[in-house]
Amino acid sequence: MTRGRTELRFCALVLIALSFSVFAEDMPWNDIVAKARGQAVNFNAWAGDEKTNAFIAWVGTEVGQRYGIKLRQVKLRDTAEAVTRVVAEKAAGRDALGTVDLIWLNGPNFLALKAEHLLYGPFSAKLPNYRYVDTTHIRSNVVDFTIPLDGFASPWRRAQIVFVYDGARISDVPHSMAQLLAWAKRHPGRTTHPSVRNFLGATFLKQALYELAPDAQQLQEPATDANFAVQTAPLWVWYEQLRPLLWRHGEQFPDNGPAQRQLVNDGEIDMMISFSPAEAAVAQAAEQLPSSVRTVVFDGGTIGNTSFVAIPYNAAHKEGAMVVANFLLEPSTQARAQDYREMGAYTVLDVDALPHADRALFDALPRHPALPTSAELRTPLPEPHPSWMTGIAAQWERRYTK
Amino acid sequence: MGAKMGLALQGVRIALGTHRLVPPLDFVVAPGERVTVMGPSGSGKSTLLAFIAGTLDAAFTAEGRVSIDGDDVTDLAPERRRVGILFQDDLLFPHLSVGENLAFALTPALRSRDARRAAIARALDEAELLNFAGRDPATLSGGQRARVALMRTLLAEPRALLLDEPFNKLDSQLRHDFRRFVFDHASTRGLPILLVTHDAVDADAASGRVIMLGA
Amino acid sequence: MTAPRGAGIVGLFPALTVAAFLLPIVAGLAGTLLPAFGYLPAIGGNALGLDPWRRLIAYPGIATSVITSLSTGFAATLASLALAVAFCAIAHGRSWARRIGGFVAPVLSTPHAAIAIGVAFLIAPSGWIARAISPWLTEWTLPPDVATIGHRSGWPLVLCLVAKETPYLVLMMIGALHQVPARGHVMIARSLGYSSAEAWLKIVLPQIYPQIRLPIFAVLAFSLSVVDVALILGPGNPPPLAVLALRWFSDADIGYYFPAAAAASLQLLLVVFAIVAWRLAEPIVTSVARVWIVRGVRRGMATVSARAGFIVAIALFAGSIFAIAGMALWSIADAWRFPSALPTTWTLGNWSRELASLRAPVSATLLLATAATLIALVLALGCLENETRARHHIGTRALWLLYLPLLVPQIAFLFGTQVLLVKTGIDGTLAAVVWAHLVFVLPYVFLSLADPWRSLDSRYARTAASLGASPSRIFFRIRLPLLLGPVLIACAIGFAVSVGQYLPTVFAGNGRIATLTTDAVTLAGGADRRVIGTYALLQALLPMLVYVAAVTVPACRFARR
Repeated sequence: MTRGRTELRFCALVLIALSFSVFAEDMPWNDIVAKARGQAVNFNAWAGDEKTNAFIAWVGTEVGQRYGIKLRQVKLRDTAEAVTRVVAEKAAGRDALGTVDLIWLNGPNFLALKAEHLLYGPFSAKLPNYRYVDTTHIRSNVVDFTIPLDGFASPWRRAQIVFVYDGARISDVPHSMAQLLAWAKRHPGRTTHPSVRNFLGATFLKQALYELAPDAQQLQEPATDANFAVQTAPLWVWYEQLRPLLWRHGEQFPDNGPAQRQLVNDGEIDMMISFSPAEAAVAQAAEQLPSSVRTVVFDGGTIGNTSFVAIPYNAAHKEGAMVVANFLLEPSTQARAQDYREMGAYTVLDVDALPHADRALFDALPRHPALPTSAELRTPLPEPHPSWMTGIAAQWERRYTK
Repeated sequence: MGAKMGLALQGVRIALGTHRLVPPLDFVVAPGERVTVMGPSGSGKSTLLAFIAGTLDAAFTAEGRVSIDGDDVTDLAPERRRVGILFQDDLLFPHLSVGENLAFALTPALRSRDARRAAIARALDEAELLNFAGRDPATLSGGQRARVALMRTLLAEPRALLLDEPFNKLDSQLRHDFRRFVFDHASTRGLPILLVTHDAVDADAASGRVIMLGA
Repeated sequence: MTAPRGAGIVGLFPALTVAAFLLPIVAGLAGTLLPAFGYLPAIGGNALGLDPWRRLIAYPGIATSVITSLSTGFAATLASLALAVAFCAIAHGRSWARRIGGFVAPVLSTPHAAIAIGVAFLIAPSGWIARAISPWLTEWTLPPDVATIGHRSGWPLVLCLVAKETPYLVLMMIGALHQVPARGHVMIARSLGYSSAEAWLKIVLPQIYPQIRLPIFAVLAFSLSVVDVALILGPGNPPPLAVLALRWFSDADIGYYFPAAAAASLQLLLVVFAIVAWRLAEPIVTSVARVWIVRGVRRGMATVSARAGFIVAIALFAGSIFAIAGMALWSIADAWRFPSALPTTWTLGNWSRELASLRAPVSATLLLATAATLIALVLALGCLENETRARHHIGTRALWLLYLPLLVPQIAFLFGTQVLLVKTGIDGTLAAVVWAHLVFVLPYVFLSLADPWRSLDSRYARTAASLGASPSRIFFRIRLPLLLGPVLIACAIGFAVSVGQYLPTVFAGNGRIATLTTDAVTLAGGADRRVIGTYALLQALLPMLVYVAAVTVPACRFARR
């Protein structure tokens, strides 16, 4: 009898020892924070938005004070530049001490890096603040363009398609893509979309595709030769009518979102698509748009996605990068991010599930007439499979680049 | 337009700032006559020629009138005065052949290629350089180039000829020959000549009045 | 480059100089040409083939892209040449002609990107010109839907290039005039009845042309392959070839490297073709010109066109000044909407907000420019001193070598250089970017020093030698002090060239080094004009300040005596 108990105790000890060793493989968070102290983190982030740049600068100050990390924003003209850099480093055999520590990305850029095994991870589960992320209601926090993240990226901010218009100049506001075409017929040359090479521009077409495709469910599956033509046919019929009615007769397009916003500010167009529900409010405060601009969310739902931060496989300062990623998920950081006076980026956290004190931060956020309510935003439509976007973009280039 | 009355200067005064360069000059050079202007360096000889030609630098202040054959040219642009000028450098245009240098001086009124070629040939013949039309000026000797330079000036049919020490770069025998050449051609055409030189031999050969500057 | 060598370390300078800029170019070209044929093992390209070229040709807008590059490149070059010639023809002999250098300095020293940003604001339908005349003249309350920036023909691109290249060619022509007895020839021609402008065009221009041929080719190569100005003003759909190559190099899909390299190689071919074509056309133009010259017309179309060209050149110059002024206004503007001709509210907030984020790019810009210029200066002086001691003149072949960085399109070799830098591990460092800038600063510094150096009266040195001074003593105590003015000007020019570099900083710095120009081009893609204005203004101010210092310092030195 005694022998059996000894064996049992021995087994228990072994099991406990084994479980310890499993945990010993992961560095405890405190060790990561300790190792991160003094590191200089190169945060590669698109620099086309002043507010975001200012927010990142604020993050830099905070992580400097709290964690002793020197955060540096490497300003990108296009996120793809960071991808190129990591690839070039791999091409040259630099598998450690990479110059890119953290990248702000989503969609195609994330997929490119993940597919080539150029990312470090999985790491998002290690971040203590990750438990606050809304992984149930907001699917885009876990699945990026129908591809699961598998922990290789940590969410940062949410985006959803809205349309921003100058209320002083137009009163008949469209509420769908079909209505947009009718509106454009009445006001030719007063709206446009960014170049389809730009993510926002491609999303304009995606949004239309959602509304016009005969079977929107199929968009979650990869596009095949069979269904691509069928699903996109109504889109092109609609676009063929719309394009001559666009700004510059559809021959020229602004390069990106901010360029488009400048057009509204200059009075060249009255209506624009935006990925940021708070853009109207934020821009007004910064005198980048007139105070008469308002936001409209199309009926039937609009596409929403999450953007992330990811760590390249060869990053020199992985621990620092993780600490920064964790800080970005801090409820107070997320609340500050959502404040339209700061950046106006909607949170990825499940606000209702937050502790009371943190939830109060969100309740206290200031309101603005140009800010859409959560009721108006509804549940965002998920991004279609990336093959649809690449297919549409390629088709658009074939048809309209001459 | 008037009858040939030669080159006339009236009350010509040139100063550089406060320094008076050329004292009041009044004289007439009759057609075919040769007048020499002499003086030490810096005495304003070349400046006087520049004034007559119309290319006086803006740093100088000048008064007085210049008239040629009765026409007052003082206020005319240099290209309208029809005053020929020869420098000590022949200044033949190096990118044009000898014949083209001469053609440059021909009047555009002479249109036909043959007429122009004939005029050039005549000029070259006078300079005893008959088959030199296609030659590169750099391949000519100093004396030959000087002759071409004179023929070029004469082909433009000037009404007066200014010579700014043109014989300086030639050795004494060439000098003598070229001097003769210039004076003969000018008198054949009845041109008044104003010669600037510091060489007394030139003045003697000109055998005309001598005006001293800066003395 | 088999120049006889002077003694000692001075003899090393030519070799050092050649290594400094030839190495990156040759390595870079190889590093770009190989992937153009499919060879880049690091990303799976293991065999040579024509697939990248097939993909390049398959791009729907490739023909338009190439035609746009060629047409804008030639148009800009021909127009700048015509305007520069017209300007010089009219300016010859005028009293104010002597001070041209001072006048054009602001435009010359401002980087292309800054002028492009300013021009973009001037000519946009909602831009300054439209605002100035609306609504009182045009009755526009909203901007008209007319394409200017990004027009398919690329005319705004040509406009901006001409505005920058004309003053450059004018300066090159003025420099060439010293070698030719221009005054005498024009005087003779005038005595033969030709107007001053006609005389200049028929007699002086043919003589100085051989000396300005290389600067013209530099302008041609630049106009054909410019990237930063094309990004800001050129058409986007499809863009000129060089921009297309850049886009593909930065594409998230790594497979695009290969057609990108092919596009960059095609760009190189275009430049080579253009230069050869120009050279072949020269004899034809020469024979036609000869007939025109000897026809004897004293005052014809040439004079009229020269006058017109002169006025256009002045107008363009004024436009450039306004372009810079517009950016200055934006930097202190708060709200400025169409159709207000001036900002409605003013603020210094833009500067105070940007101060923090400006510190890094400004110090990087200054550091890079100073380092590159000083190294270039040392190398150039070393080579010139070697030339003097060895009593050997730098030949035409060496001159072509010096011009090489200006003739090879940047996009065609910078990617390869980046790979080289990454392999040697110095990419992203200031040293690498300094080297990349040096490649372009050197030719300008050398060329602006060469003439003053050679025209320095050799009797000073000979007198000093007869008094027992060693060659180094002569160099430091005689030549250098006498050439202080030209040396400082050369520094100012080198400084300006470095400040304006875009692609070299992006590629060699791996994006880690941000300068005023890289940030400005990034922001020009549509961010706040107030922010862009601050950056553009600084881009213009920094080189101008150095230039002013370069001009006034020698004057002060002598005034005190």
